[in-house]
Amino acid sequence: MTLGRISLVVCIVLLALAPLTLSPFRLGLLAKYLCFAIVAVGIALAWGQGGMLTLGQGVFFGLGGYAMAMYLKLKEAGSAGLPDFMVWSGVEQLPALWKPFGNPVFALAAVVLLPGLVAFLLGLLVFRQRVRGAYFAILSQALAAAFVILLVGQQGLTGGTNGMTNFTQFFGLDLTDPNGQRAVYAVAAVVLGVTFLVAKLLVRSRFGRLLVAVRDGEDRVRFLGYDPAVVKTITFTISAVMAGLAGALFVPIVGIISPALLGIVPSLELLVGVAVGGRFVLAGAIAGAIAVNYAKTLFSEDFAEGWLYLQGGLFVLVLVFAPKGLAGVVESVRYRLSSRKQTPTGSGSGSAPVEVTA
Amino acid sequence: MGALANQLPIGLSIAAVLLLIALGLTFTFGQMGVINMAHGEFIMAGAYTAYLLQGFTSQSFLIALPVAFVVAGLMGLLLEWSLIRRFYGRPLDTLLLTWGVSLVLQQLARDIFGAPNVQVTAPGWLVGGVDLLGVRLPYNRMFIIVLAVLCVVGVWVYLTKLPQGRRMRAVVQNRELAGYSGIATGRVDRFTFLLGSGLAGVAGVALTLVGPVGPSLGTFYIVDAFLVVVAGGLGQLRGAVLAALALGFLNGYLEFWTDASLAKVLVFVAIIAFLQVRPQGMFVLKGRTLV
Amino acid sequence: MSALLEVRGLRVVFDGFAAIDGLDFTVEEGELRFLIGPNGAGKTTLIDVVTGLTKPASGSVRFGGEELVGKREHHIVRMGVGRTFQTATVFEDLTVVENLDLADSFRLPLRSLFRRRRGVSDAVASALEVADLTALADKPAGVLSHGQRQWLEIGMLLVQKPKLLLLDEPVAGMSRSERERTGELLHEIASTHTVVVVEHDMEFLRKYARKVTVLHQGHVLREGSVAEVQEDPEVREVYLGRAKGKAVG
Repeated sequence: MTLGRISLVVCIVLLALAPLTLSPFRLGLLAKYLCFAIVAVGIALAWGQGGMLTLGQGVFFGLGGYAMAMYLKLKEAGSAGLPDFMVWSGVEQLPALWKPFGNPVFALAAVVLLPGLVAFLLGLLVFRQRVRGAYFAILSQALAAAFVILLVGQQGLTGGTNGMTNFTQFFGLDLTDPNGQRAVYAVAAVVLGVTFLVAKLLVRSRFGRLLVAVRDGEDRVRFLGYDPAVVKTITFTISAVMAGLAGALFVPIVGIISPALLGIVPSLELLVGVAVGGRFVLAGAIAGAIAVNYAKTLFSEDFAEGWLYLQGGLFVLVLVFAPKGLAGVVESVRYRLSSRKQTPTGSGSGSAPVEVTA
Repeated sequence: MGALANQLPIGLSIAAVLLLIALGLTFTFGQMGVINMAHGEFIMAGAYTAYLLQGFTSQSFLIALPVAFVVAGLMGLLLEWSLIRRFYGRPLDTLLLTWGVSLVLQQLARDIFGAPNVQVTAPGWLVGGVDLLGVRLPYNRMFIIVLAVLCVVGVWVYLTKLPQGRRMRAVVQNRELAGYSGIATGRVDRFTFLLGSGLAGVAGVALTLVGPVGPSLGTFYIVDAFLVVVAGGLGQLRGAVLAALALGFLNGYLEFWTDASLAKVLVFVAIIAFLQVRPQGMFVLKGRTLV
Repeated sequence: MSALLEVRGLRVVFDGFAAIDGLDFTVEEGELRFLIGPNGAGKTTLIDVVTGLTKPASGSVRFGGEELVGKREHHIVRMGVGRTFQTATVFEDLTVVENLDLADSFRLPLRSLFRRRRGVSDAVASALEVADLTALADKPAGVLSHGQRQWLEIGMLLVQKPKLLLLDEPVAGMSRSERERTGELLHEIASTHTVVVVEHDMEFLRKYARKVTVLHQGHVLREGSVAEVQEDPEVREVYLGRAKGKAVG
């Protein structure tokens, strides 16, 4: 069994044991980290494999989250009632935009389709025009900025700055009950597993190889007869759908969705874990997302201000000293160990991985 | 109609501030491929400079302009020298790196000056305004516009007339060749950073005329300034001016017609639409090699 | 039989400077054609226009009777025009065999790209053989030497089975033995393909060229056999007059 397999099994066992050992509060936190890990898988696909630095992942997270929140709110309000925040802000009739979200099938479809559609359209329009690299990063960031301003501004539709909160039910599960919380945790864990699997299969497929080729030489790929815009749009859409799913799960787990969770800074924060864990390795990105968010919780509990220094500093340190993240460090250590084994004299350690024959 | 015309100095002054901010970004981006997310914190530094200097003399606001230029410029220089120069050729990593720096700087400002916003009192001669043909022209807005025009002219003179500026243009156009012709490209880079960051500092001082100063002042402007860079093209003075004007007015007038929250989305859509018509001009690809 | 590639009245302008001006150029099916000319003559620009990388100001490029101007790069490749670059660009993070497999898979429908590669196709196996890279098949392309990269790139071109191959300075920067090996490779390829080669190397040219087209300042100066071109006073003038040390022969 390889090291990768062993750690995968260990992780699955740990995730399965968590509901039995952790307090409901801690389990809820872990479930939240799992949501961020789902987003991280998508970011690792788009950024690590495809070279698309997306600074607007919060938008897709938010679209999924708001779609889910709208359904839950309507469910709670009953057939005739209005969601609580609408009553507070003086809305008297349910806006037309809200109506279809009363249907669970529609809402669940929207969780996937809304982020997918926005990413698909944006991707198609910008990638076809060969807008890339930093330009794409800036545009995706501008999207996040505009999205948040829109959410805040449309108070009657979205709950404004406060967003939506007070969710008690999730498809028949009681969110105030530890058993209900455990069930939601299980859903998040399963979704993370499926997301990871899908991403893994994608990376290993020909499409995954093509994606790496597009990352390293988009223009060269054209001369192999492929349209890089298609490859990038598909990948970006997949990563957006993953973020949307995570957002939808975040709502019942954390019990709130608001603009403050989705803007420029939160979108960038989603990247921190991926960068720290290692953007080129899916498992690294997941581990990084969980670890960084855990660290954030630890620090916020004791001294919140230190966290901002630490987060900024961590980011700088990783980029300067380990641009491939912790996964990159692990890899190079493993490589050194294995090359030491192969050449007992020790002379081969640290040399290039493969001999170059001219 | 009157209300619409009164929007004019506001739109223009937004454009002027955006331009001051975007100038530095577009040159560091064009010349070095560096996306500096900490640029917004240079604005903040400039604004706090004005805050600290106020009250010392009667003309402390005017003094703040060059001082802020130097303070923000030196911060930029330090950032370039300590971190960014290790990252040339990795534009996306610089973006993230400088964001990390920006987080730290914001927190630093919070610890030094406190989280709440502070106010800089505008000098008396900038209070009030004048009516011209039924349009209200507030002095503070006019001052910002004049300041931006002076800075743009200054940059233009620097780029076209002075040897140092010509060297900079040479590096923008062909770094390798400029290096071979004996230009110390590293020094040119640092100077560009100093200049660009300094202008952000000046923009920060200007912003104290229209609003309060807080640790996250820069974040409000940095995204729009980046959009100016995207729409205007790399390292292009003319492009930056036009894009800043367009964005300033779009922002100003769309807010007037729809509500502010929709305006931002519409501006974003407008930029995507613009990129459908003119993606090239910004993205020139040379065929010989694809490196 | 009509020509495979017909360039007519081509004009390409960069910032007001006409890099190609009134160029006519024809390649018949099965030909091996060499393109030479001093720096700035428009050789690479011509290839760029044919492959869709550069848009001409005016003129037409017909390939098998179909207009190429205005088509996107990957469509042109799909029609059967392949090219290499002066600096060989292979995907360093992919293995040699993955590089070739990607080149081979471009005709697959999108959905079958989502499957994993199983084994090595015949085309890829034979390209490995031709490019002499079988032993390195599973190594990342990043470890290849300069010459091997060129061969890999040519191999990638071959598995695509193009009707027309455009090679931009395939032996530039190669050692003597590498050049010889490339020459043999070129010879093999030319027996079954139509090939246009941009090349400066005179020794290489004399050894392998049959028909040569000399470009100068964006138009065709002379066309003929190597000997004819070398004897031509105008061609000598262009080379000696413009670039010292780059004399013909």
